[in-house]
Amino acid sequence: MNDVLRHAWTVARKDLVLEFRTRTALLSAVVFTALVLTVFNFGRDPTAVATIDLAPSILWVTFSFAAMLALNRAFQLELENQALEGLLVSPISRTSLYWGKLLANLVFVAVVEAVGLPLFVLFFDVPVGRVLVPLIGVIALATIGFVAVGTLFSAMVIRTRFAELMLPVLLLPFLIPPLTGAVQVTAKLLAGRPLSEVEGWLKLLAAYDIVFVALATLLFPTTVDE
Amino acid sequence: MNLVHRGRWITLLGLVLLALVYVRALAFTPVERFQGPAQKIFYVHVPAAWSAMLAMGLVGLCSILYLVLKDARFDRFAAASAEVGTAFSLVMLTTGPIWAKPIWGTWWTWDARLTLTLFLFFLFVGYLLLRGVVTDAGLRARYSAVLGICGLLLLPFIHLSVYFFRTLHPQPIVLKPSSPSLPGSMLATLLFSFGVFTLLYLGFVIQRYALSRLREERGGSHG
Repeated sequence: MNDVLRHAWTVARKDLVLEFRTRTALLSAVVFTALVLTVFNFGRDPTAVATIDLAPSILWVTFSFAAMLALNRAFQLELENQALEGLLVSPISRTSLYWGKLLANLVFVAVVEAVGLPLFVLFFDVPVGRVLVPLIGVIALATIGFVAVGTLFSAMVIRTRFAELMLPVLLLPFLIPPLTGAVQVTAKLLAGRPLSEVEGWLKLLAAYDIVFVALATLLFPTTVDE
Repeated sequence: MNLVHRGRWITLLGLVLLALVYVRALAFTPVERFQGPAQKIFYVHVPAAWSAMLAMGLVGLCSILYLVLKDARFDRFAAASAEVGTAFSLVMLTTGPIWAKPIWGTWWTWDARLTLTLFLFFLFVGYLLLRGVVTDAGLRARYSAVLGICGLLLLPFIHLSVYFFRTLHPQPIVLKPSSPSLPGSMLATLLFSFGVFTLLYLGFVIQRYALSRLREERGGSHG
């Protein structure tokens, strides 16, 4: 088990070092997030809909799009110079490889979200100060589930035609449970309601994470082995 | 008799019986007191929904079996089932709004079961699209099996997450803890229709299955 985690960290570290040295993908994702938030500002009638009513949806649609962008890149990286083959013949288990990729994606998405959240507060003047800790918890809970499925799918779609288009088509249905839950919980948090009111949603989010991380770990070897 | 012909005969029998379902539903089943003639569409809508769910269930089951046993027949069956499921979910998605407009006063509402079936349809379409973009047959079988399993597990989550909103959909009438709460003649028509739609599902799937097998024998990799 220790080895599995250590190898996973090695894979994740490799991806992250690559990412932070070039910064192209990360920077594009951050700019993309800022742009989507701006588009939302002009895509609504501020006199008709109060910002606070729309805020949770804006936040989560933005995060979902940004995550999709990040996931497209996850295995694209490995296509050059047949790097994926190199990874597959290296003496690490498939579980480590998947967890490493998942971890790198999560860090990538977390960085984008860490920039997106303050921008969201700035643009839409939403009071998050009091609920910051639970809000970050919900963001993490919702992000893990769909990034887990997304990492699995991105390993499949890179070897198909129209990879950039296939990922959203396959992944968007899987976004619905985490997105619905996250929006509901965020709305309650922003309205100052206690977390106990959304216990059902939190359980659902947690169950989704557990089921899909386990399932993706189980199915991942099928997607990369020859 | 080969598989193609067998499938064709089953489908033909199903279509004849489907005509009988229409006759029985329209002429020999009482009109529902509150909903009037609009309720008749249930005899098509509900069985179509059943067939679509059955199709998804079998796609998921065959996907698991394929990954465990690596038998190409399961992959072929899953593909056939997904195609047929797409057709049945389209029937369900078109008959639903036709009923909903006069009864609920709206074509569409985001209630639990509607959303679920819409995503069932999206999953079928995604599954078929994925099959279309993978050229290698072995890879295609494995990828679609992964998606089939994930899709099957996703549906309960979508159902639960939308169920937390208050649901508008008619509550279960036939399969519920107490005895079915509809008159015997209506129940008979509905059950008859369930049987016919299951038969149609079988007929269609057998034909698609036989077709993809023929295609493989002739050397085409697509299907």
